[in-house]
Amino acid sequence: METAFTPIGSLGGGLLVGLGAVLLMLGLGRIFGATGVLSGVVFVEDRAEMRWRLALIAGMILAPGLIFLITGAMPTLSLPVSPAMVVIGGVIVGLGASLGSGCTSGHGVCGLSRLSVRSLVAVPTFMATAAITVFLIRHVFGG
Amino acid sequence: MKLVFALLTGLVFGAGIAISGIMDPAKVLNFFDVAGAWDPSLAFVMGGAVVVTFVGYRLVWRRQSPLFGGRFQLPTSTAIDGRLVGGSALFGIGWGIAGFCPGAAIPALGTGRWEVALFLLAVIAGFSLRRLLPSVLSKAAT
Repeated sequence: METAFTPIGSLGGGLLVGLGAVLLMLGLGRIFGATGVLSGVVFVEDRAEMRWRLALIAGMILAPGLIFLITGAMPTLSLPVSPAMVVIGGVIVGLGASLGSGCTSGHGVCGLSRLSVRSLVAVPTFMATAAITVFLIRHVFGG
Repeated sequence: MKLVFALLTGLVFGAGIAISGIMDPAKVLNFFDVAGAWDPSLAFVMGGAVVVTFVGYRLVWRRQSPLFGGRFQLPTSTAIDGRLVGGSALFGIGWGIAGFCPGAAIPALGTGRWEVALFLLAVIAGFSLRRLLPSVLSKAAT
């Protein structure tokens, strides 16, 4: 399935993602890592910490609705994979992100910006395994 | 105020995710499909986000403390070990299978698609699996 090349929208979205990461550092002094934020509200170890994480997640979930109010259209989302693959991928993502202490937002956006050596190792690693996985599924097994 | 600030921050981040295209698994999988229907758009998401964060962090760190008190809390670990590499490798495999990552799936939940909720529940199951691992491994060792 082809998708349109969207350099302007993707760059604009990326600038806002970066702004979100900077705002969280400015306001609360924290890294914007989705894995840490999500696990912090599921496995509550500190109620005060859980409250700002819940507010952050609520804002994230409301974002597509805000875009709908402004533009009159929901952001596009098409799923080229089966629900079974969504579940299998999800479990591996959760296990991997918690073992590796971060995901695209934590290691990718925030870690690279801090020039963290761990993130400089983590990002090429997950980019490479994602590309290999897509290659195997699409071009070797023909899924 | 702190919670309102966190809500607005989530809104800015989530709007960026939604506009960027990274919450659309079709675009994510095509970004990685260099040998097929390659769509390089998402390189612009990471590029834009890292440039803003790189500059913004350095401006913010000129302050003594965050706006709402406390101190700046940055990861202190520097270990390059099997957990970091193996965990990141697994994360990439899962991302390549499902097309979602956690930071994209949370805003995607706002579109109301049930598959997104399914993905996030599976991610939480993966977190739980990780929390079970140490006890399983230590039992296996005895």
